[in-house]
Amino acid sequence: MQRFTQLFIEMDRTKRTSEKVAAMERYFREVPSEDAAWALYFLSGRKLKRLVPSGILHDAIAQITSLPEWIISESYQSVGDFAETLALLFPQSRSEPATITLSQLVSDRMLRLRSIAASKNQRALILQTWNDLDSTQRLVFNKLITSNFRVGVTQTLVIRALAVVADVTPAIMAHRFAGTWEPTADSYARLMTGGDRGDSAGPSIGDLAQPYPFYLAHPLMQPPEDLGTVNDWQIEWKYDGLRAQLIHREQSTLIWSRGDELISGAFPEIAEAAADLPPNTVLDGEIIAWEDDRPLPFALLQRRINRKQVEAALWTDVPVAFIAFDVLEENGNDLREQPLVDRRRKLDELLSQLPPNASIKPAPLLSARTWSDLSQHRLASREHSVEGVMLKRLSSTYGVGRKRGDWWKWKIDPYTVDAVLIYAQGGSGRRSGLFTDYTFGVWDRPDESQGNGGDGRELVPVAKAYSGLTDDEIRQVDRFIRRNTIEKRGPVRIVKPELVFELAFEAIQPSNRHKAGLAIRFPRMNRWRTDKKPEDADTLETLQALLRSTMRENREER
Amino acid sequence: MPELIQQTERGLYCEAGDFHIDPWQPVDRAVITHAHSDHARWGSRAYLAAAGGIEVLRSRLGPDAAIQGIPFNESIGMNDVRVSLHPAGHILGSAQVRVEYQGEVWGISGDYKLQTDPTCDAFEPVACHTFITESTFGLPIYRWKGPEEVFDEMNEWWRENQERRRTSIIYAYALGKAQRILASIDASIGPIIVHGAIARFLGAYEAARIKLPPTHPADPELVKSTRGTALVIAPPSAVNSPWLRKFGRQSSAYASGWMQVRGNRRRANVDRGFVLSDHVDWDGLLSTIRATGAHTIGVTHGYTDQVARYLNEHGINARIYHTRFSDRGEEALEPDESEINHTDTEDTEKNKELDS
Repeated sequence: MQRFTQLFIEMDRTKRTSEKVAAMERYFREVPSEDAAWALYFLSGRKLKRLVPSGILHDAIAQITSLPEWIISESYQSVGDFAETLALLFPQSRSEPATITLSQLVSDRMLRLRSIAASKNQRALILQTWNDLDSTQRLVFNKLITSNFRVGVTQTLVIRALAVVADVTPAIMAHRFAGTWEPTADSYARLMTGGDRGDSAGPSIGDLAQPYPFYLAHPLMQPPEDLGTVNDWQIEWKYDGLRAQLIHREQSTLIWSRGDELISGAFPEIAEAAADLPPNTVLDGEIIAWEDDRPLPFALLQRRINRKQVEAALWTDVPVAFIAFDVLEENGNDLREQPLVDRRRKLDELLSQLPPNASIKPAPLLSARTWSDLSQHRLASREHSVEGVMLKRLSSTYGVGRKRGDWWKWKIDPYTVDAVLIYAQGGSGRRSGLFTDYTFGVWDRPDESQGNGGDGRELVPVAKAYSGLTDDEIRQVDRFIRRNTIEKRGPVRIVKPELVFELAFEAIQPSNRHKAGLAIRFPRMNRWRTDKKPEDADTLETLQALLRSTMRENREER
Repeated sequence: MPELIQQTERGLYCEAGDFHIDPWQPVDRAVITHAHSDHARWGSRAYLAAAGGIEVLRSRLGPDAAIQGIPFNESIGMNDVRVSLHPAGHILGSAQVRVEYQGEVWGISGDYKLQTDPTCDAFEPVACHTFITESTFGLPIYRWKGPEEVFDEMNEWWRENQERRRTSIIYAYALGKAQRILASIDASIGPIIVHGAIARFLGAYEAARIKLPPTHPADPELVKSTRGTALVIAPPSAVNSPWLRKFGRQSSAYASGWMQVRGNRRRANVDRGFVLSDHVDWDGLLSTIRATGAHTIGVTHGYTDQVARYLNEHGINARIYHTRFSDRGEEALEPDESEINHTDTEDTEKNKELDS
């Protein structure tokens, strides 16, 4: 635990990626495999969830500090991070911390918390552990048990450090690490040596259930003309679904999400359709709520996600399809080094063996002779219920991670609405102590007072957003909120309706859970409209009209 | 009969003695606790301050201001009121104000801290009936480590940066904190460069015979020759300024009580946060209140609601005194001085709007 805390401190004290990676390298070289395994587990963003209810932590800190409940909450609001609040409130101790390794901490304390049911015993174990640790160790421990351990590294960086320690390329390490990974000394040792997973070569030696690392597209920022000639590119729709890898073996079919979660159980019809494929086929694609040859809103798909077993009703209610756009393995051969154009041909051959109504379908290809043809396709995205277009270089191999240059996504411009800031709440992490989470409203009806204001219109909340502003703007808005709070309701400030923001969003759908009767998807602050007064903001009618028009589009197309 | 000290539009006012304490608008007679711009405002006809703080105060109020200095613990009469000043331990010349009238004693803390600071006299609790205390860090998450420990860390950080050939940049409040760092850091490690906003107060410290190590202004030749070894002390307003670029590869740090919370440090976008405050922490606040023996506590400047509620729940009669800068405790970082001056008018207008 000392060494892991030391790593936390080293990474916490630098903003430089190279230093963070170097600190991880040193750590992994020094510690025994059983500790390294857990460190890797946490550093790569994995979490032990639901170890202890936060109420128990509240009780424990109240007991040891004799502080009233409300001041603990006030402190939390000021800090913005519960784990850190607990560490700051804990009385400074003078006793030497106990020697306890990370793997011991996990097994003897954290996992035990989950297994003991009585809250009294949980509280006692928490207090005992706090006593056994020094102040920074307590902070790290608290972050681990509240599933809030973050040190500003991505899995890619952790893999880079591990690759150096194991003396292999990051791509090989990424493959060894893909899929389910158990934080044990054995599996860590296998990461280091390759074990029975094999290296670059292929699935014949690899663990057959594990997914290949996903290749990701970059957003296209430059004009497409910069990509050379349009004939070098394969063009597909950019779907708003769930990226997934389908692994079909002799005995089983597994579907992995990009978050390395096994999601086969949620999509039984896809697994069923895969039975008609030859064994040892691996497909890359997008799972989409799908009906009559077109996508349904993402919200419908969400009802299926995160369910291990799906009731039959939901299955028929929300039909889905696996829209395949790549084949990574055919008859047990790793195709990733072959050019896309060849892989796509093989994909079409494979899928032609399936019945026409199968839940696995090839992603349609779009043809474009010129870049302006491509732009036309992109502009038609909304009619096809997609988010834009994908550009993939025909000659490209299947890479690892988000490597620039061969795969691009070119999304359509979002919808926008001008809305007024009405509520604010504190942020967390980097934004703790600042008001950064905002709720925006639009007017319930048009202004009929001809600019005299005050005709009793009301602002109806339509969206929550917290991204899109610069740090400077956040500070300005934060200051405005502090000075213009009309009312405090717990952590929420009701703010004088004065600031207008242009919100961008990707889609709009009816909702009976929201007062406005509609919900907008992926809202973010596009611009602070300092040039607009609150009365100039949009009305609910504008959004309702937009909602009607998108629903009509959907109907007409069918 | 009005209370001995009242809250007015211009600040705390003693009617019996006809003087204000730290008024934020010009008055006839102002008693000043210390020279920070949210306490010492320009334009009053006469000022009273601790003798040791006259020089720094003058650099704030201008050469023509009528400032009378009195030694700590010596009282003077104002009408029938006895007024004396007592060390507050906040910055050079910072004072608490003791006001006595017909046997009733009030203590006004100004800003204060209990930690040792070689640049000012140590805080002394003032026995009183009513004590008005600041509450900038009035939450139990704010409990300070000893300054020795913080300065050990700071020295170590400077040495490590030298090993990596990086210039060390520390952001610190220009008056008080910067000089406290100068007086406490191990100056044998390397050359120290100070920003002009800090250098302008150094003469006053010299006049007060506060021992500070030699420092240099940031002239191009010196900057070049000390890259990778120097410690640069700059006010927070210099963050991201072009002035900093000339120091080459650097590691940055912020020295402030606000650094207790990691989110603040990350938002300040610095590598290190040194928790070094010139304000009293939670434990110190409670122990000081006990030490004064006061039966009534006024809470001002910071987490006023929270401290007053806590005291009332613990059997101590407490109430809130608003100041022009009352929301300061909620500000993410100690505002630097220019910022306070800049936003004054805006503040008042906004407040009026809300009140109306």
